[in-house]
Amino acid sequence: MQPDSFTYWRLQLARHLRSGLRRPGDIANPLVFFFMVVTLFPLGLGPDPKVLATLAPGIVWVVALLSSLTVSGRLFAADYEDGSLEQMILAPQSLAISATAEVLAHWLLSGVTLTVVSPIFATMLNLPGQAIPALMLSLLLGTLCLSLIGAIGAALTVGLRRGGLLLSLLTVPLTVPVLVFGTGAVGEAAKGYDPSAWLALMGALAAGGLVLAPFAIGAGLKISADS
Amino acid sequence: MTVPDNSALPLLSASGVSLERGYRPLLQGVDFHVYSGELWQLAGANGVGKTSFLRALAGLAASGVEGDIHRSAPLLFQGHLPGLKPLLSPLENLRWHPSGTIADDVDAIMAALAAVGLAGYEDTPVHNLSAGQQRRVGLARLWLSVEPLWLLDEPFTAIDVDGASLLEQQLLRHCDSGGAVIFTSHQPNRMAERLQVLDLVSYAA
Repeated sequence: MQPDSFTYWRLQLARHLRSGLRRPGDIANPLVFFFMVVTLFPLGLGPDPKVLATLAPGIVWVVALLSSLTVSGRLFAADYEDGSLEQMILAPQSLAISATAEVLAHWLLSGVTLTVVSPIFATMLNLPGQAIPALMLSLLLGTLCLSLIGAIGAALTVGLRRGGLLLSLLTVPLTVPVLVFGTGAVGEAAKGYDPSAWLALMGALAAGGLVLAPFAIGAGLKISADS
Repeated sequence: MTVPDNSALPLLSASGVSLERGYRPLLQGVDFHVYSGELWQLAGANGVGKTSFLRALAGLAASGVEGDIHRSAPLLFQGHLPGLKPLLSPLENLRWHPSGTIADDVDAIMAALAAVGLAGYEDTPVHNLSAGQQRRVGLARLWLSVEPLWLLDEPFTAIDVDGASLLEQQLLRHCDSGGAVIFTSHQPNRMAERLQVLDLVSYAA
Protein backbone atom coordinates (compact mmCIF):
# COMPACT_ATOMS: atom_id res chain seq x y z
CA MET A 1 0.00 0.00 0.00
CA GLN A 2 1.44 3.35 -0.98
CA PRO A 3 1.81 6.04 1.69
CA ASP A 4 -0.84 8.78 1.92
CA SER A 5 0.20 12.39 1.34
CA PHE A 6 0.98 13.21 4.99
CA THR A 7 2.95 9.98 5.52
CA TYR A 8 4.87 10.67 2.30
CA TRP A 9 5.67 14.19 3.50
CA ARG A 10 6.84 12.83 6.87
CA LEU A 11 9.00 10.14 5.23
CA GLN A 12 10.58 12.66 2.87
CA LEU A 13 11.28 15.03 5.77
CA ALA A 14 12.98 12.16 7.64
CA ARG A 15 15.01 11.31 4.51
CA HIS A 16 16.36 14.83 4.09
CA LEU A 17 16.94 15.45 7.79
CA ARG A 18 18.84 12.17 8.26
CA SER A 19 20.84 12.74 5.08
CA GLY A 20 21.62 16.33 6.14
CA LEU A 21 22.63 15.37 9.69
CA ARG A 22 25.22 12.98 8.24
CA ARG A 23 26.92 15.94 6.57
CA PRO A 24 27.65 18.14 9.61
CA GLY A 25 30.08 20.18 7.52
CA ASP A 26 27.18 21.47 5.40
CA ILE A 27 25.41 22.65 8.56
CA ALA A 28 28.54 24.26 9.99
CA ASN A 29 29.67 26.07 6.80
CA PRO A 30 27.09 28.91 6.84
CA LEU A 31 27.70 29.41 10.57
CA VAL A 32 31.46 29.66 10.03
CA PHE A 33 30.84 32.14 7.18
CA PHE A 34 28.58 34.15 9.48
CA PHE A 35 31.17 34.10 12.27
CA MET A 36 33.99 35.22 9.96
CA VAL A 37 32.05 38.14 8.48
CA VAL A 38 30.82 39.35 11.87
CA THR A 39 34.40 39.19 13.15
CA LEU A 40 35.66 41.25 10.19
CA PHE A 41 33.17 44.12 10.55
CA PRO A 42 34.64 45.60 13.77
CA LEU A 43 38.07 45.44 12.11
CA GLY A 44 36.81 47.36 9.07
CA LEU A 45 34.51 49.84 10.83
CA GLY A 46 36.52 50.39 13.99
CA PRO A 47 35.82 48.96 17.42
CA ASP A 48 33.54 51.81 18.68
CA PRO A 49 30.69 49.91 20.44
CA LYS A 50 28.16 52.67 19.63
CA VAL A 51 28.85 52.51 15.87
CA LEU A 52 28.68 48.71 15.93
CA ALA A 53 25.42 48.75 17.87
CA THR A 54 23.86 51.12 15.32
CA LEU A 55 24.92 49.00 12.39
CA ALA A 56 24.38 45.59 14.02
CA PRO A 57 20.78 44.93 12.78
CA GLY A 58 21.78 45.61 9.17
CA ILE A 59 25.01 43.63 9.38
CA VAL A 60 23.39 40.56 10.93
CA TRP A 61 20.57 40.54 8.43
CA VAL A 62 22.70 41.11 5.31
CA VAL A 63 25.04 38.29 6.37
CA ALA A 64 22.07 36.01 7.15
CA LEU A 65 20.66 36.71 3.68
CA LEU A 66 23.94 36.04 1.91
CA SER A 67 24.69 32.84 3.82
CA SER A 68 21.14 31.57 3.26
CA LEU A 69 21.26 32.26 -0.48
CA THR A 70 24.64 30.55 -0.79
CA VAL A 71 23.38 27.28 0.63
CA SER A 72 19.83 27.24 -0.75
CA GLY A 73 21.11 27.65 -4.32
CA ARG A 74 22.29 24.03 -4.32
CA LEU A 75 19.11 22.73 -2.70
CA PHE A 76 17.99 20.32 -5.42
CA ALA A 77 21.37 19.71 -7.06
CA ALA A 78 21.95 16.35 -5.37
CA ASP A 79 18.43 15.18 -6.25
CA TYR A 80 19.03 16.12 -9.88
CA GLU A 81 22.36 14.32 -9.97
CA ASP A 82 21.32 11.08 -8.22
CA GLY A 83 17.98 10.54 -9.98
CA SER A 84 15.77 11.37 -6.96
CA LEU A 85 14.21 14.28 -8.83
CA GLU A 86 12.73 11.98 -11.50
CA GLN A 87 11.23 9.82 -8.77
CA MET A 88 9.78 12.85 -6.97
CA ILE A 89 8.14 14.04 -10.20
CA LEU A 90 6.63 10.63 -10.96
CA ALA A 91 5.38 10.10 -7.40
CA PRO A 92 1.59 9.83 -7.16
CA GLN A 93 1.68 12.50 -4.45
CA SER A 94 2.02 16.16 -5.44
CA LEU A 95 5.54 17.41 -6.15
CA ALA A 96 4.73 20.35 -3.86
CA ILE A 97 4.62 17.90 -0.92
CA SER A 98 8.13 16.52 -1.42
CA ALA A 99 9.42 20.03 -2.24
CA THR A 100 7.96 21.36 1.03
CA ALA A 101 9.58 18.52 2.98
CA GLU A 102 12.96 19.21 1.41
CA VAL A 103 12.82 22.98 1.99
CA LEU A 104 11.62 22.50 5.56
CA ALA A 105 14.46 20.06 6.31
CA HIS A 106 16.90 22.56 4.80
CA TRP A 107 15.45 25.36 6.95
CA LEU A 108 15.58 23.26 10.14
CA LEU A 109 19.26 22.47 9.51
CA SER A 110 20.36 25.93 8.35
CA GLY A 111 17.89 28.68 9.36
CA VAL A 112 17.00 27.32 12.78
CA THR A 113 20.63 26.61 13.71
CA LEU A 114 21.56 30.14 12.62
CA THR A 115 18.72 31.52 14.77
CA VAL A 116 19.91 29.53 17.78
CA VAL A 117 23.49 30.82 17.60
CA SER A 118 22.55 34.39 16.52
CA PRO A 119 22.69 35.86 20.08
CA ILE A 120 26.44 35.16 20.06
CA PHE A 121 26.91 37.14 16.84
CA ALA A 122 24.61 39.90 18.13
CA THR A 123 26.69 40.21 21.30
CA MET A 124 29.88 40.41 19.23
CA LEU A 125 28.37 43.45 17.46
CA ASN A 126 27.17 45.01 20.71
CA LEU A 127 23.48 44.73 19.81
CA PRO A 128 21.45 45.75 22.90
CA GLY A 129 20.16 42.72 24.83
CA GLN A 130 16.55 43.92 24.54
CA ALA A 131 16.72 43.42 20.75
CA ILE A 132 17.84 39.79 20.89
CA PRO A 133 14.32 38.23 21.13
CA ALA A 134 13.25 40.29 18.11
CA LEU A 135 16.42 39.28 16.27
CA MET A 136 15.81 35.59 16.93
CA LEU A 137 12.14 35.71 15.98
CA SER A 138 12.86 37.75 12.83
CA LEU A 139 15.62 35.31 11.82
CA LEU A 140 13.37 32.32 12.47
CA LEU A 141 10.65 33.70 10.19
CA GLY A 142 13.02 35.38 7.75
CA THR A 143 15.26 32.37 7.12
CA LEU A 144 12.13 30.33 6.32
CA CYS A 145 11.18 32.96 3.71
CA LEU A 146 14.76 32.96 2.37
CA SER A 147 14.81 29.15 2.10
CA LEU A 148 11.51 29.18 0.20
CA ILE A 149 12.64 31.97 -2.16
CA GLY A 150 16.05 30.32 -2.64
CA ALA A 151 14.32 27.02 -3.40
CA ILE A 152 12.26 28.60 -6.21
CA GLY A 153 15.48 29.85 -7.81
CA ALA A 154 17.25 26.54 -7.16
CA ALA A 155 14.38 24.63 -8.77
CA LEU A 156 14.50 26.78 -11.89
CA THR A 157 18.28 26.60 -12.30
CA VAL A 158 19.04 23.05 -11.13
CA GLY A 159 19.43 21.75 -14.68
CA LEU A 160 21.82 24.52 -15.76
CA ARG A 161 25.56 24.02 -15.66
CA ARG A 162 26.30 27.61 -14.66
CA GLY A 163 23.17 28.79 -12.95
CA GLY A 164 24.84 30.78 -10.16
CA LEU A 165 24.48 34.28 -11.60
CA LEU A 166 20.98 33.62 -12.89
CA LEU A 167 20.03 32.31 -9.46
CA SER A 168 21.19 35.54 -7.80
CA LEU A 169 19.36 37.68 -10.38
CA LEU A 170 16.17 35.69 -9.81
CA THR A 171 16.19 35.52 -6.03
CA VAL A 172 17.93 38.63 -4.65
CA PRO A 173 15.12 41.07 -5.68
CA LEU A 174 12.57 38.77 -4.01
CA THR A 175 14.50 38.78 -0.75
CA VAL A 176 14.46 42.58 -0.38
CA PRO A 177 11.21 42.71 1.66
CA VAL A 178 12.59 40.08 4.05
CA LEU A 179 15.74 42.15 4.56
CA VAL A 180 13.79 45.40 5.06
CA PHE A 181 11.31 43.90 7.55
CA GLY A 182 14.01 41.93 9.39
CA THR A 183 16.31 44.92 9.81
CA GLY A 184 13.33 47.08 10.74
CA ALA A 185 12.20 44.70 13.49
CA VAL A 186 15.64 44.43 15.08
CA GLY A 187 16.32 48.17 14.72
CA GLU A 188 13.05 49.12 16.41
CA ALA A 189 13.66 46.68 19.26
CA ALA A 190 17.20 48.02 19.73
CA LYS A 191 15.78 51.52 20.17
CA GLY A 192 13.32 50.22 22.76
CA TYR A 193 10.22 50.35 20.50
CA ASP A 194 7.72 47.57 19.86
CA PRO A 195 8.84 45.49 16.82
CA SER A 196 5.61 43.47 16.56
CA ALA A 197 4.33 45.24 13.42
CA TRP A 198 7.53 44.31 11.53
CA LEU A 199 7.43 40.78 12.88
CA ALA A 200 3.76 40.44 11.87
CA LEU A 201 4.71 41.43 8.32
CA MET A 202 7.45 38.79 8.33
CA GLY A 203 4.99 36.23 9.67
CA ALA A 204 2.64 37.09 6.82
CA LEU A 205 5.48 36.68 4.30
CA ALA A 206 6.41 33.30 5.80
CA ALA A 207 2.77 32.09 5.83
CA GLY A 208 2.21 33.26 2.25
CA GLY A 209 5.48 31.68 1.16
CA LEU A 210 4.66 28.35 2.78
CA VAL A 211 1.34 28.21 0.93
CA LEU A 212 2.44 29.48 -2.49
CA ALA A 213 6.15 28.71 -2.89
CA PRO A 214 5.82 24.87 -2.98
CA PHE A 215 3.75 25.10 -6.16
CA ALA A 216 6.30 27.42 -7.78
CA ILE A 217 9.11 25.09 -6.69
CA GLY A 218 7.24 22.06 -8.07
CA ALA A 219 6.65 23.79 -11.42
CA GLY A 220 10.30 24.86 -11.57
CA LEU A 221 11.52 21.33 -10.89
CA LYS A 222 9.30 19.90 -13.63
CA ILE A 223 10.71 22.39 -16.14
CA SER A 224 14.28 21.59 -15.05
CA ALA A 225 13.78 17.81 -15.29
CA ASP A 226 12.37 18.17 -18.80
CA SER A 227 15.40 20.07 -20.11
CA MET B 1 2.41 -18.57 -18.83
CA THR B 2 -0.41 -16.04 -18.97
CA VAL B 3 -1.54 -15.32 -22.49
CA PRO B 4 -1.73 -11.55 -22.98
CA ASP B 5 -5.32 -10.42 -23.26
CA ASN B 6 -5.05 -8.01 -26.17
CA SER B 7 -8.78 -7.38 -26.22
CA ALA B 8 -8.42 -5.39 -23.03
CA LEU B 9 -7.30 -1.78 -22.94
CA PRO B 10 -3.53 -1.30 -23.21
CA LEU B 11 -1.68 -0.30 -20.04
CA LEU B 12 0.27 2.14 -22.15
CA SER B 13 -0.44 3.45 -25.58
CA ALA B 14 1.71 5.66 -27.78
CA SER B 15 0.30 6.77 -31.13
CA GLY B 16 2.17 8.68 -33.80
CA VAL B 17 4.87 9.76 -31.39
CA SER B 18 7.69 11.92 -32.73
CA LEU B 19 10.64 12.87 -30.63
CA GLU B 20 13.40 15.44 -30.89
CA ARG B 21 16.27 16.34 -28.63
CA GLY B 22 17.84 19.79 -28.79
CA TYR B 23 16.04 20.50 -32.11
CA ARG B 24 17.53 17.28 -33.56
CA PRO B 25 14.77 14.90 -34.69
CA LEU B 26 15.25 11.42 -33.22
CA LEU B 27 12.14 9.35 -33.84
CA GLN B 28 9.10 9.73 -36.03
CA GLY B 29 5.67 8.11 -36.11
CA VAL B 30 6.14 5.50 -33.35
CA ASP B 31 3.00 3.46 -32.63
CA PHE B 32 3.46 1.33 -29.57
CA HIS B 33 0.85 -0.37 -27.38
CA VAL B 34 1.65 -2.38 -24.28
CA TYR B 35 -0.85 -4.80 -22.78
CA SER B 36 -0.97 -6.68 -19.52
CA GLY B 37 1.46 -9.62 -19.46
CA GLU B 38 3.81 -8.24 -22.13
CA LEU B 39 7.58 -7.92 -21.89
CA TRP B 40 9.10 -5.37 -24.28
CA GLN B 41 12.66 -4.49 -25.05
CA LEU B 42 13.45 -1.21 -26.78
CA ALA B 43 16.33 -1.92 -29.15
CA GLY B 44 18.60 0.25 -31.23
CA ALA B 45 22.13 1.60 -31.38
CA ASN B 46 23.48 4.21 -28.97
CA GLY B 47 21.94 7.61 -29.61
CA VAL B 48 18.87 6.34 -31.45
CA GLY B 49 16.63 7.68 -28.65
CA LYS B 50 15.82 4.70 -26.41
CA THR B 51 16.20 6.60 -23.15
CA SER B 52 14.43 9.68 -24.53
CA PHE B 53 11.53 7.51 -25.70
CA LEU B 54 11.33 5.72 -22.34
CA ARG B 55 11.31 9.07 -20.51
CA ALA B 56 8.60 10.33 -22.83
CA LEU B 57 6.55 7.19 -22.13
CA ALA B 58 7.00 7.77 -18.39
CA GLY B 59 5.83 11.37 -18.73
CA LEU B 60 9.17 12.87 -17.72
CA ALA B 61 9.70 14.66 -21.01
CA ALA B 62 7.11 16.91 -22.60
CA SER B 63 9.16 19.32 -24.68
CA GLY B 64 10.19 17.89 -28.02
CA VAL B 65 7.53 15.17 -27.84
CA GLU B 66 4.62 15.12 -30.28
CA GLY B 67 1.83 12.60 -30.60
CA ASP B 68 -0.39 10.92 -28.07
CA ILE B 69 0.91 8.99 -25.08
CA HIS B 70 -1.72 7.52 -22.78
CA ARG B 71 -0.96 5.65 -19.56
CA SER B 72 -3.89 3.82 -18.00
CA ALA B 73 -1.98 2.31 -15.06
CA PRO B 74 0.44 3.53 -12.39
CA LEU B 75 4.03 3.06 -13.44
CA LEU B 76 7.42 2.46 -11.91
CA PHE B 77 10.29 4.18 -13.70
CA GLN B 78 13.92 3.35 -13.02
CA GLY B 79 16.40 5.48 -14.95
CA HIS B 80 20.16 5.26 -15.24
CA LEU B 81 20.38 6.75 -11.75
CA PRO B 82 18.57 4.88 -9.00
CA GLY B 83 17.66 7.93 -6.84
CA LEU B 84 19.59 6.81 -3.77
CA LYS B 85 21.19 9.07 -1.16
CA PRO B 86 24.81 7.97 -0.66
CA LEU B 87 24.89 8.72 3.08
CA LEU B 88 21.76 6.71 3.84
CA SER B 89 21.66 2.94 4.20
CA PRO B 90 19.74 0.72 1.73
CA LEU B 91 17.01 0.26 4.34
CA GLU B 92 16.65 4.02 4.89
CA ASN B 93 16.77 4.74 1.16
CA LEU B 94 13.90 2.34 0.47
CA ARG B 95 11.84 3.33 3.54
CA TRP B 96 11.99 6.97 2.50
CA HIS B 97 12.12 6.50 -1.26
CA PRO B 98 11.02 9.62 -3.18
CA SER B 99 8.83 7.58 -5.58
CA GLY B 100 6.10 7.68 -2.93
CA THR B 101 4.92 4.14 -3.70
CA ILE B 102 6.88 2.06 -1.19
CA ALA B 103 5.08 1.39 2.08
CA ASP B 104 7.09 2.09 5.25
CA ASP B 105 7.21 -1.63 6.03
CA VAL B 106 10.63 -2.59 7.37
CA ASP B 107 10.00 -6.37 7.14
CA ALA B 108 8.99 -6.16 3.48
CA ILE B 109 11.99 -3.96 2.67
CA MET B 110 14.38 -6.36 4.46
CA ALA B 111 12.87 -9.25 2.46
CA ALA B 112 13.33 -7.31 -0.80
CA LEU B 113 16.96 -6.55 0.04
CA ALA B 114 17.53 -10.23 0.83
CA ALA B 115 15.92 -11.14 -2.51
CA VAL B 116 18.47 -9.03 -4.40
CA GLY B 117 21.34 -10.57 -2.42
CA LEU B 118 21.94 -7.71 0.00
CA ALA B 119 21.11 -9.46 3.28
CA GLY B 120 23.59 -8.15 5.84
CA TYR B 121 24.08 -4.84 4.00
CA GLU B 122 20.83 -3.22 5.17
CA ASP B 123 22.57 -0.68 7.40
CA THR B 124 25.72 -0.03 5.34
CA PRO B 125 25.76 3.50 3.87
CA VAL B 126 25.14 3.25 0.13
CA HIS B 127 28.39 5.07 -0.73
CA ASN B 128 30.27 2.16 0.87
CA LEU B 129 28.64 -0.35 -1.52
CA SER B 130 30.02 -1.28 -4.93
CA ALA B 131 28.38 0.06 -8.12
CA GLY B 132 26.69 -3.29 -8.70
CA GLN B 133 25.39 -3.44 -5.14
CA GLN B 134 24.07 0.11 -5.42
CA ARG B 135 22.30 -0.94 -8.58
CA ARG B 136 20.77 -3.86 -6.69
CA VAL B 137 19.44 -1.52 -3.99
CA GLY B 138 17.63 0.41 -6.71
CA LEU B 139 16.30 -2.80 -8.25
CA ALA B 140 14.99 -3.97 -4.85
CA ARG B 141 12.13 -1.57 -5.60
CA LEU B 142 10.88 -4.14 -8.12
CA TRP B 143 10.32 -6.58 -5.26
CA LEU B 144 8.26 -3.97 -3.39
CA SER B 145 6.38 -2.59 -6.38
CA VAL B 146 2.60 -2.32 -6.59
CA GLU B 147 2.64 -0.64 -10.00
CA PRO B 148 1.53 -2.77 -12.98
CA LEU B 149 3.75 -1.00 -15.51
CA TRP B 150 7.55 -1.02 -15.20
CA LEU B 151 9.77 1.19 -17.34
CA LEU B 152 13.41 0.28 -16.79
CA ASP B 153 16.37 1.97 -18.43
CA GLU B 154 19.36 -0.39 -18.72
CA PRO B 155 18.40 -2.49 -15.68
CA PHE B 156 21.11 -5.10 -16.39
CA THR B 157 24.00 -2.60 -16.32
CA ALA B 158 26.62 -3.33 -13.62
CA ILE B 159 24.73 -6.46 -12.53
CA ASP B 160 26.61 -9.78 -12.34
CA VAL B 161 25.37 -13.06 -13.89
CA ASP B 162 23.49 -14.20 -10.78
CA GLY B 163 21.93 -10.79 -10.36
CA ALA B 164 20.87 -10.71 -14.01
CA SER B 165 19.25 -14.11 -13.61
CA LEU B 166 17.34 -12.93 -10.50
CA LEU B 167 16.22 -9.84 -12.36
CA GLU B 168 15.04 -11.85 -15.38
CA GLN B 169 13.00 -14.10 -13.11
CA GLN B 170 11.45 -11.06 -11.42
CA LEU B 171 10.54 -9.44 -14.76
CA LEU B 172 8.92 -12.68 -15.97
CA ARG B 173 7.09 -13.12 -12.65
CA HIS B 174 5.75 -9.59 -12.93
CA CYS B 175 4.45 -10.22 -16.44
CA ASP B 176 2.93 -13.55 -15.34
CA SER B 177 1.02 -11.77 -12.61
CA GLY B 178 -0.58 -9.38 -15.08
CA GLY B 179 2.00 -6.58 -15.16
CA ALA B 180 3.96 -5.31 -18.13
CA VAL B 181 7.62 -4.38 -18.53
CA ILE B 182 9.37 -2.12 -21.02
CA PHE B 183 13.15 -2.00 -20.75
CA THR B 184 16.20 -0.94 -22.69
CA SER B 185 19.31 -3.10 -22.73
CA HIS B 186 22.37 -3.95 -24.77
CA GLN B 187 23.08 -7.15 -22.84
CA PRO B 188 21.87 -10.53 -24.13
CA ASN B 189 19.19 -12.08 -21.93
CA ARG B 190 17.44 -15.44 -21.53
CA MET B 191 13.87 -14.21 -21.88
CA ALA B 192 13.63 -14.68 -25.67
CA GLU B 193 10.54 -16.88 -25.40
CA ARG B 194 8.54 -14.10 -23.84
CA LEU B 195 10.30 -11.05 -25.22
CA GLN B 196 8.93 -8.67 -27.81
CA VAL B 197 11.33 -6.20 -29.37
CA LEU B 198 10.58 -2.69 -30.57
CA ASP B 199 13.44 -1.75 -32.87
CA LEU B 200 13.58 2.03 -32.74
CA VAL B 201 16.00 2.16 -35.69
CA SER B 202 13.06 1.65 -38.03
CA TYR B 203 11.47 4.84 -36.65
CA ALA B 204 14.63 6.96 -36.78
CA ALA B 205 13.91 10.39 -38.21
